[in-house]
Amino acid sequence: MDLEAIKRDFLHQVFDETAYEVKADTLVAYARACGETAARFTDPLAEDFQAVPTFVSSFQPGRRLPKGFPKLPGLGMDGGKVVTAHAPLRAGEQVVGRSHIEDVYAKTGRSGTMTFIVLRMNVYDASETLLASADTNMVIRERAKPVKEAEA
Amino acid sequence: MSVRYLEDVEFGADLPAIPADTGLENVRGFVEAVGWDAPRFTDHEAARKEGLPGALVPGIMSQGFLAATIHRWCEAATIERIDTVFRAPMLVDEPLMVSAVVTDIDEDDGIVEVDLTVSNAAAETRVFGTARVRMPRQG
Repeated sequence: MDLEAIKRDFLHQVFDETAYEVKADTLVAYARACGETAARFTDPLAEDFQAVPTFVSSFQPGRRLPKGFPKLPGLGMDGGKVVTAHAPLRAGEQVVGRSHIEDVYAKTGRSGTMTFIVLRMNVYDASETLLASADTNMVIRERAKPVKEAEA
Repeated sequence: MSVRYLEDVEFGADLPAIPADTGLENVRGFVEAVGWDAPRFTDHEAARKEGLPGALVPGIMSQGFLAATIHRWCEAATIERIDTVFRAPMLVDEPLMVSAVVTDIDEDDGIVEVDLTVSNAAAETRVFGTARVRMPRQG
């Protein structure tokens, strides 16, 4: 697997653009289920009603990876999420999420090699103000080699 | 103890621990609201057929639990950044607690760093994270 080639071909190139409608009842359901009690997250009539900052992690892009991205060997899993909030996300807004690959790197340890793909979705409002960045840290764990192959 | 202002925050202080509501109905309401409705989150038997130990709490919901812990500690706090690591699966109906501790205070910028952990009854960490939080100032 040539990570340098992957970086050269795919890093920082927007591969998906998806629009999302932010509805008040969705924001309230999200907030309450997570245990929020502050009115600015749970009461649409509150003066400063807004989404919990982590809400943007629930936005699913139209594509997970760019077209033509190589299939990496191993088991893929969602290793975590990072949200950087720049401005409140409000009910009634139509926002757009643009996704790109922010980083690709590998780590090798006793259990084998793990490849990390950091997928970043930048979320903008209608005036192109950046509201938040939501990262998904995709981890691909190399499949263990069969014993005979590993011993060979 | 809950706080209102930056001036109330002490280095090393524990935030009030809160139970995470991982009940099936709550998780179902969450995934239906955000459009993540899938049997692996809402049906133990269907999840087991996928090879999972049971229905899973979505990772994004665990991140929401962390945020709520911060806001219940300081209602007016603003989370500027939150990093969440999914270390192990969280199962629906599994009792889980969210705990947190203040690890840094930047009095000049009004920023507090918090480490957060979701653990099960055996005190095993399922999810952990860090948050950068802007605090209101007194006066």
